[in-house]
Amino acid sequence: MSLLEVEDLRIRYARQGRLKAALRREPYDFEAVCGVSFTLGAGETLGLVGESGSGKSTIARTLIGLKKSSAGSIRFEGAEISDASNREWTRLRTDMSMMWQDPVGSLSPRLTVKSLVTEPLRIHGRPAGRDEAERLLGLVGLPAEFATRYPHQLSGGQARRVGVARALALDPKLLIADEPTAGLDMSVQGEVLNLLADVQARSGVAIVIITHNLNLVRHVTDKMAIMYLGRFVEQGPTDQVFAHPRHPYTKALLEANPEPDPEARHDRVALSGEVPSPINRPSGCDFHPRCPWARDTCATTEPEWIEDSGRGYRCLYPL
Amino acid sequence: MVSSVATEPDRQSEGRAEPLVRIDGLSVDFATPRGAIHALRDITLDVPRGKVLGLVGESGCGKSTLAYSLIGLLAENARIAGGRIDMDGQNLAQLRPREWRALRGRRISMIFQDPMTSLNPVTTIGRQMMDIQYREKGGRAEKRARAIEFLEQVQLPDAASKLDAYPHQLSGGMRQRVCIAMALLTRPDLLIADEPTTALDATLEMQIVALLRELQEKFGCSVLFVSHHLGTVAELCDEVAVMYAGEVVERGDVAQVFRDPCHPYTQALFECDPARIREATRRLPTIPGTLPDLRRPPKGCAFRARCPKAFERCETEHPPLYDAGGGQAARCHLNDPAEDRA
Repeated sequence: MSLLEVEDLRIRYARQGRLKAALRREPYDFEAVCGVSFTLGAGETLGLVGESGSGKSTIARTLIGLKKSSAGSIRFEGAEISDASNREWTRLRTDMSMMWQDPVGSLSPRLTVKSLVTEPLRIHGRPAGRDEAERLLGLVGLPAEFATRYPHQLSGGQARRVGVARALALDPKLLIADEPTAGLDMSVQGEVLNLLADVQARSGVAIVIITHNLNLVRHVTDKMAIMYLGRFVEQGPTDQVFAHPRHPYTKALLEANPEPDPEARHDRVALSGEVPSPINRPSGCDFHPRCPWARDTCATTEPEWIEDSGRGYRCLYPL
Repeated sequence: MVSSVATEPDRQSEGRAEPLVRIDGLSVDFATPRGAIHALRDITLDVPRGKVLGLVGESGCGKSTLAYSLIGLLAENARIAGGRIDMDGQNLAQLRPREWRALRGRRISMIFQDPMTSLNPVTTIGRQMMDIQYREKGGRAEKRARAIEFLEQVQLPDAASKLDAYPHQLSGGMRQRVCIAMALLTRPDLLIADEPTTALDATLEMQIVALLRELQEKFGCSVLFVSHHLGTVAELCDEVAVMYAGEVVERGDVAQVFRDPCHPYTQALFECDPARIREATRRLPTIPGTLPDLRRPPKGCAFRARCPKAFERCETEHPPLYDAGGGQAARCHLNDPAEDRA
């Protein structure tokens, strides 16, 4: 049994009011995540990669119970949690925590760093004194005198560390990090990622990293899943996916990641067009209108998920 | 003075075409209640004619301040404390608002980071594209046709119909294409692009970079490309200037600088880029320490406190830009021919 098992997860969002939809005879909601499955064991790191609107943050919000799924199952330590009650969620959130995307925006500007990092402890009725604050700040490598500061007195990297301290306050088993390095400078990016790696090595926490930064995924994740329009198009161990992508979208994403080497400029598979709307999905394969290798059947036949020696992909003509 | 040894800014343009813009000793201060911040100090840099110059550095290094001073859009509390910016005999550092208006949007134009906030949300794309042609001659139909022509140049599908669209009806990538079309509409000599792809997804980022490259070649304008993303700089730029704490610490041909960086900061910055680390690793390199306080810039080298190669001289003597050959120059004593540690 893995720590987290997600099977055929589907999440819908409302598009417009029910009444308006009924009058116009249009569907009132649409599927933002359609049929996603993955497992994550203790101490493992999974990278969820995709462009904006691919549904990766929606999955994160559902995993932590901020958005209800419409179908499928999420099992955490073997127990189904997709229909957990609010009371059960209170307990579950001591085992799962979230690092939000905006490092400064996710901290209340009116609380000191000490109150911010000990807030989860207070909520769950645990001791939340100065000792605890110092322990948590020490954990993320911030000096104890930061306890009296306010978020606006922190740099982006320091605010990130406070976010990590908050997420780790209850010693969770699962940490969900939504774009943990967005907006950080390269030299600071490494600090935050090294910090997460240290914490994982020490406590065996499982981490889901949501990002569009492939360079980061390559170095810090064990396995990765690439999302397009609410579906996984490819999933597998990170090194294998990088070495040999099977899905054309994965290949295009990897090539859209320019090497910082002017002598390596080359003709790459440049994708034309943009991500279509999940309200109006293309027929057949979601990716066929942008796929440089698309054939006629791609427009008519929806590809199945194919499992192949520990990896999976959704393509009729894999590379 | 040691700085007399083959130092004083050997112009990078020596033996080459006359640059479009020459920045010479430019310093910019920001007034704050707690004292002046010396955000740019003694910047000497050429923007080559008909080429793409990349400006890289981390947040707070002054790259945006430099870009904004080239188009006269510095904040109210900014003051040009010294130096010149020469463009065709005019010193941009001393222009009056009136003179800036004649230049801005005509000979110099700009693309901003977030295309949503740089377009007016309550008027149509067409209206905005006609408005910026207010100086041009010709009737409505003519200006409309020009607007469509430029939207086609930026490969916006179904350009004519987009004129009636509002910015919120377009996707982020399309909005940035509209901004590029608007910036090029007046055929500027200098296009300043301030992190134009930061708000975009990876596949769109590559589309926009390819588009900028193509249009730059077609129109032959100079581009100042501000970015913190080394990959896109390598992809797009001909020359590069690396900034740290308000100074240009290294500049030169992009291939040469990326292959053989001469300044320890440039070296450290490149080492931090996970894209340059070929073997998968759990430990990512970082640059320990923080930026110096720019209210009181350090006396010696600005990078000294974080530099693994610092020695006594770095403490006391501010390094000039030493010539490193082939147009490359670095503000580091290790490049002083008199210093044999290099």
